[in-house]
Amino acid sequence: MAIEDKSSKRISFIFLSIMALFWILPLLWVLSTSLKPESQAISWPIRWIPETLTFQNYQDVLMRQDVPVLRWFWNSFFVATIHTGLMLLFNSMSAYAFARLKFRGRDVLFWGLMATMMIPPVMNLVPLYGLISSIGWVNNYAALIFPGLGGVFGIFLLRQFFIGIPHELEEAARMDGASPFFIYWKIILPLAKPALIVLALFTFMGNWNDYLWPLIVTTSADMRTLPVGLAIMQGQFNIQFAKLMAATILSAIPVIILFMFAQKFIVKGIALSGIKG
Amino acid sequence: MNVSNVKNNAPRTKSRRNWKEKLTPFLFISPHLFFFIIFLAYPTFYGLYISFHSWNFFTDMNFVGLQNYANILWNTDSIFFDYFWAAFRATLIFVVLSVPFLIIIPLFIALGINARPFGHNFFRALFYAPSLLSVVTVVLIWIWLLDTNAGLVNYYIGWLGFDNIPWLTRAPWVWISLVVMTIWWTIGTNMILFLAGLGEIPDHLYEAAKIDGANRIQQFFNVTLPGLKGPLVFVMIMTTIASFNVMAQPQLATNGGPGYETRVLILYIYEVGFTGGNPRAGLAAAMSVVLGLMLLCISLVQFKLMTKEK
Repeated sequence: MAIEDKSSKRISFIFLSIMALFWILPLLWVLSTSLKPESQAISWPIRWIPETLTFQNYQDVLMRQDVPVLRWFWNSFFVATIHTGLMLLFNSMSAYAFARLKFRGRDVLFWGLMATMMIPPVMNLVPLYGLISSIGWVNNYAALIFPGLGGVFGIFLLRQFFIGIPHELEEAARMDGASPFFIYWKIILPLAKPALIVLALFTFMGNWNDYLWPLIVTTSADMRTLPVGLAIMQGQFNIQFAKLMAATILSAIPVIILFMFAQKFIVKGIALSGIKG
Repeated sequence: MNVSNVKNNAPRTKSRRNWKEKLTPFLFISPHLFFFIIFLAYPTFYGLYISFHSWNFFTDMNFVGLQNYANILWNTDSIFFDYFWAAFRATLIFVVLSVPFLIIIPLFIALGINARPFGHNFFRALFYAPSLLSVVTVVLIWIWLLDTNAGLVNYYIGWLGFDNIPWLTRAPWVWISLVVMTIWWTIGTNMILFLAGLGEIPDHLYEAAKIDGANRIQQFFNVTLPGLKGPLVFVMIMTTIASFNVMAQPQLATNGGPGYETRVLILYIYEVGFTGGNPRAGLAAAMSVVLGLMLLCISLVQFKLMTKEK
């Protein structure tokens, strides 16, 4: 049996290594292109290691006036941060009520909310834009921050976690006359940190990478988010691939850093979402 | 509120406390409920309402009854009829071409990683990593790799003695390109779901199969696949829904072309509703409702399958 185990490990390793090439080579090629002068980027025969190593592309991308990359970074960061903060606060409050407080119609309301997860987001695209434009939020940060807060997935995730927290601590606090708000803020939230981190990561990355909605509700160059800005840049830089690849790498740096620190939580979160059905 | 106080004015405080206790849960749920009603519940009905009107987002709405639905579903003289069904066809092609690969490839990668070979943590991180990127980043990378004249892929194809392939401008190549970039981008999530599922299969089932003399392939079909039934159903449905929602890949890589070959439904909804001088919100809303109902049916099937299992 030990021999069979070893051989299945070897076969797996070979298979994964071959597959890995298809995932690594594009990334290496992008990195290599971004470090070449534009003229060498499209020269044949191709060179994996740049003849002339330069950071000029990165500098160009960051300095040009018509493509305010740093501004887009800031927009994406600002919007995703506020959105995530509000999402955590409101969803955890709601999840606390559904998990721990008793009130009439609680379960009907909860499952009613959960059923709306089945509504395909595309159905709300046109009406949401109509609504946003009638309240004057087009090309405004508010349109990027608030509409997503109506989602219910976070409540589901947190409620599941809150239900699993033992009641003893809470009982003791209630004996001492603690209010529900005190219990929520000082007892439940600190114990729910892992679940909150998972929700924060997914919310932040979802908002940071969102494309269609920001494309529709932003109209001026200085209000674009990073993905929308990059898409516009494709038109602007036309076939200047070295610069485009430099911009691509710049845009990926924040999520790569996030991933290095939070891989465990992301993996756990996806596994949890699979159980939800 | 302190305890002795409560004792002293028992009747009055009790009713006040009751009232307060009843209100508290609603204070907790109201912030989310506010956003839910305005930005999720209300738009769903508003969208239906818009779909029965002619509207450009700015002037007054005109009630047109079923006109918008007629123009896309049964009025064969309408140009929108042709465009809508071309978009439907494009979406279906993408779903049919992408979903099998988006399930089989991550399944085999998960099986490989689950055998815990050398470097399995690295492999897991690598295959998951592109899922973190925005779709725009991924498409830009692949536009460069697949560029007809200067791209890396055609370079090696030429090196093997073949002609340049117009990856982003000719059918059927455009479909291969869109599917490949989608596979590269999204297999990570499915892989992790499969890994979680594989971890749930108890070892003793494999031991028993081995004692019965099952070889590795028999183990796969008799132990692994049945054990993965739950995750497989979940992944299949979620992947199908995600593929129906494709939009950015064809918009950015092929611009819906050549012709209207890759102009999928959401891309067409976007073009009708949000581009050009005279957006047709009513028509776009009607198309969204039709697509939405299709997706809803898929979700309901999922719900049925999932609840049956439990």
